[in-house]
Amino acid sequence: MGAHSGVIRGRASVLVFYPADWSPVCGDELALFDEVLPDIQAAGADVVGISVDGRWCHRAYAEHRKLRFPLLADFEPKGALARAYGVYRASDGTSERALFVIDGDGVIRWSFLSPIDVSPGVDGVFDALERLEPRVGAAP
Amino acid sequence: MSRLRSPVNADDHIRGDPRGIEIVEYGDFECPACGEAAAVVDALLYEVGDDICFVYRHFPLSNVHPHALMAAEASEAGAALGDFWAMHDRLFANQDRLEVEDLQAYADDAGLDADEVGRLLARRAFVGRVRDDVRSGARSGVNGTPTFFIDGLRYDGPMTVAALVDRAARRRIP
Repeated sequence: MGAHSGVIRGRASVLVFYPADWSPVCGDELALFDEVLPDIQAAGADVVGISVDGRWCHRAYAEHRKLRFPLLADFEPKGALARAYGVYRASDGTSERALFVIDGDGVIRWSFLSPIDVSPGVDGVFDALERLEPRVGAAP
Repeated sequence: MSRLRSPVNADDHIRGDPRGIEIVEYGDFECPACGEAAAVVDALLYEVGDDICFVYRHFPLSNVHPHALMAAEASEAGAALGDFWAMHDRLFANQDRLEVEDLQAYADDAGLDADEVGRLLARRAFVGRVRDDVRSGARSGVNGTPTFFIDGLRYDGPMTVAALVDRAARRRIP
């Protein structure tokens, strides 16, 4: 699936599904991931944000919020990646607020579905990355 | 339920009674919601301060609040010179004026050596200290600012004095 273009094979990935660019909770959530991005990278993973917004919307949003990780446009066919992960929200036409940690072999090792209006935090991600083998540079 | 992974320790900034109900805030000096919360915490400490151990830790979200990290460092400079809380209070009272010269002015107003604060900021003496707080918060489930932990558990309830007093009172039931 072309939607995987933001994910580097052989390295763990954190997929951050969020409902929409510009929404207040999403802003907090992505700002948090950006703040701890160096620690996630040190733990051996890359971060990709994913919503159904288009690429130009993503570009404007990423520039405005100074995000240092890529945003993937799950735009056409709309929500295809979210559906593949079981986190499409048909009633709203967006994805759920969900996190996935995928190991270097492409296997989902951890996932979390957050209430749509609650930023999930990053503690579960760090815990999941620490459990991946081999253990790499886990943050203290 | 997210738990505080990094226990309150000697490096923390503590207000109130260390034996009291432990309220740990992860905050950002440029975050408006944190400014509102600071007023609630002030009122809480005024009402039931003898029963509260309030701890402030840093969680600046730099890409949203470009002055927040330096403001946090300035508060640490204040701590090094003897008064963290004087800086904390002035920073939250002046959230829209957090340029370096403002930070030095608040230090001066607090009776601290503003030139020394300027030197400490220039060499980023406390950036590591602030980042350590951010790490401990991230590992503990901080999901935005402000995030509060009451007796080690993340508190997601309303930030009102009444709600916090109620929460604190329930804790005392054995």
